[in-house]
Amino acid sequence: MRSSKRFKTAAAVLAAASMSLTACSAGSSAGSTNKADAKTSLTVALTGEPSNLDFTKTAGAAIPQALMANVYEGLVKIDQQGKIQPSLAESWTLSDDRKSYTFKLRKDVKFSNGEAFTAEDVKFSLERVKSSWVSSLKKKMDVVDAVNVVSDTEVAVVLSRPSNAWLFDLGTPVGAMFDPSGVADLANTAIGTGPFTIESWKRGEAIKMAARDSYWGTAPKVKTVTLRYFADATATTNALRSGDVDVVYNMQAPELLPTFEQDKAFQILEGTSNGKVELTMNNKAAPFNDVRVRKAVMYALDRKAVLDTAWSGYGTLLGAPVPPTDPYYEDHNDAYPYDPAKAKQLLKDAGAENLQITFTVPTRPYANAVSQIVVSQLAEVGINAKIETAEFPAVWLDKVFTKHDYQMSVVLAVESRDLLTVFNNPDYYIGYDNSKIKDIAAAADAADQAGYVAGMKQVVRTITEDAPANVLFLFPNLVVAKADVTGLPANSVTEALDLTATGWK
Amino acid sequence: MVVRLLVNLSRFIVTFFAATVAVFLLMRAIPGDPAQIALGVNASPELLEETRRQLGTDRPLPVQYVDWVTGLPQGNFGVSFVTRQDISPMIADRVQVSLILVMLSMVVALLIAIPFGTLAAVRHRQPSGVLISAMSQLGVAIPGFLAGILLVVVFAVGLGWLPSNGWTPPGEDFGDFLRRLVLPVAALASVQGAILTRYVRSAVLEVMSEDYLRTARAKGLGPLEALVRHGLRNASIPVLTVTSVQLAALIVGAVVVERVFVIPGLGSMLLDAVGNRDMLTVQSVVMVLVAITLIINLVVDLLYTVLDPRIRKKA
Repeated sequence: MRSSKRFKTAAAVLAAASMSLTACSAGSSAGSTNKADAKTSLTVALTGEPSNLDFTKTAGAAIPQALMANVYEGLVKIDQQGKIQPSLAESWTLSDDRKSYTFKLRKDVKFSNGEAFTAEDVKFSLERVKSSWVSSLKKKMDVVDAVNVVSDTEVAVVLSRPSNAWLFDLGTPVGAMFDPSGVADLANTAIGTGPFTIESWKRGEAIKMAARDSYWGTAPKVKTVTLRYFADATATTNALRSGDVDVVYNMQAPELLPTFEQDKAFQILEGTSNGKVELTMNNKAAPFNDVRVRKAVMYALDRKAVLDTAWSGYGTLLGAPVPPTDPYYEDHNDAYPYDPAKAKQLLKDAGAENLQITFTVPTRPYANAVSQIVVSQLAEVGINAKIETAEFPAVWLDKVFTKHDYQMSVVLAVESRDLLTVFNNPDYYIGYDNSKIKDIAAAADAADQAGYVAGMKQVVRTITEDAPANVLFLFPNLVVAKADVTGLPANSVTEALDLTATGWK
Repeated sequence: MVVRLLVNLSRFIVTFFAATVAVFLLMRAIPGDPAQIALGVNASPELLEETRRQLGTDRPLPVQYVDWVTGLPQGNFGVSFVTRQDISPMIADRVQVSLILVMLSMVVALLIAIPFGTLAAVRHRQPSGVLISAMSQLGVAIPGFLAGILLVVVFAVGLGWLPSNGWTPPGEDFGDFLRRLVLPVAALASVQGAILTRYVRSAVLEVMSEDYLRTARAKGLGPLEALVRHGLRNASIPVLTVTSVQLAALIVGAVVVERVFVIPGLGSMLLDAVGNRDMLTVQSVVMVLVAITLIINLVVDLLYTVLDPRIRKKA
């Protein structure tokens, strides 16, 4: 029995070793899921965790979703209807040549590190976009010529040309106000003027935000907000049902909604977003370099059926890449009605019958859902699309976006007012020939508000006529919450998830 | 004994460094540019250049490799491309979560497998033995994530007894730590338990037909006594082998269960890092996994010699 004793000793040593390895701090930086008192705290379930807190250097909607409006604020903010509202600037005036904005700032604003917010910070933040941001968003500030401090509470911004888009952009992440002493480690520390501060971030799980006492505006309705990140939609609704979260924001599985519709303990909000599900075609490569083939794709698809099948009918049919919350929105749903006969005729005219194409589908739930029905509808008019999946974002960005090595793809374009980014650039992966819209777009941006809207409407009409992409539908912003949660923002107009007015009945 | 240990150690080191080369090259071979992912759509070529310079991915591959690999022995893995934090503390944290989850699940799985597997072998001609066999077959067929989802639907959503997901560090609130651990451990242990039950059963069956067991019976021991005193120890060798393989596989394989239960473990970290092409983090996590696997093998190798003196004498 000598060796059996040794076996026991060895087993005990092994057990002890494993216990000491897995000491009590396990996962402490990842933190806990404990919930505080329900009525002073709110837990929101989201999908897609930010990779860090620095949207000046990292792309993706997850970072501004958490931080804009809650931690960082701009001179203006965009309300739920897409209108520009005062925020850190009480008011502003525009010079007669429409090139100089003078902002009057609030006096009582302090950053969360205690520093006062002044005109110097505006100058610092706006100039920093050009000097230090490493992000594609920074070109939105290219139009700024100079930022002049007039007094502590007054700042003048001189633009190189009149721009209507710029004031709106100030309400998006590029307009966020930073304190010069608070930008050392933006990836891990966020210091802003907003009503919340980041109390803790449990990577892989949750961001906890605490309400500030020294906030200048209306205090938030709750003391703490926890943003919890889930890998899949089913887990979010399970967490809602089991009481682990109070709100599921931007729910990604509409097929799960009917069970909540029946239940009085929950409410469902169906808002709009900026997410346009675009079936993109490579305008520079065969067969889609022929406008007739692209138009055939427009007529071949019954977008209502696509929406019903792929996203349970939640969402809005658009017909053009402009959501209703944009000022230059027009209903373009009648531009290309479902007409398979016409599609076949167009393909015949183009000599493109029995077309074989490759359809590059990113690995995302919406893309997967959309691709099946799109393929079957295209087949009916004689376009045989072979689905090829591309890991998103890595492979899709490399192959489709950078190398333009694709014929057809589908993507959710989430950026607000990105019409010109996508279509006014022939080198963009869609490869739309912008010669017809370039000058109209430039004139519209420099015109007054009415001229801007009229010009942009013309741009949208021209793009629609050329059919560079088929905008299948506008992604809904689906929110499921406990019935007694109030003040939820239903619409997602900018990237921000503004929780300052959210609370309990 | 000492020679055996030395041979094992040198094998450990060689395998480890071969693995560093393999994982480094693999991460470079797959498509996807970390700078492009960090910047997303609409990034200009100048910005991409600038970001590659900041990440250090514009340097020649041998330089990047040496830079990374020389940090490894000191536990310095570098700074993540994505989170812009030191990788070492992040991994240390996640490894503990995974080890708690996986070790606990394996212990529970063995507590299920050893008695049931033995019983199934002893009664392999009786209905109860066949029933256990059938149940374990069913358990093997159920993927861990499905077991997890079913458990959540029943115990968290339906009955409301336990939280549906999440993680609490044991030092913060031990009760909550245990409550949140019950379902994921049950999900992992039920599947692993079923797998191990089958191995225990076949190992015990094999031992039961050995001559020495018949001899033990002839000396006057009862069937169960003979099996427990002389048989189980011999049956334990193949079971130990399978357990160690499963244990190593589960440390990253638990990722599906981690996703279902939103547990911040090593597998989730690896999956996110691959998605972001966060090269340094992927490489470092894989090396930690390689090290853990090699350590498990070393320990198991030592345990063999404890369990079976013949192995010791051979070496």
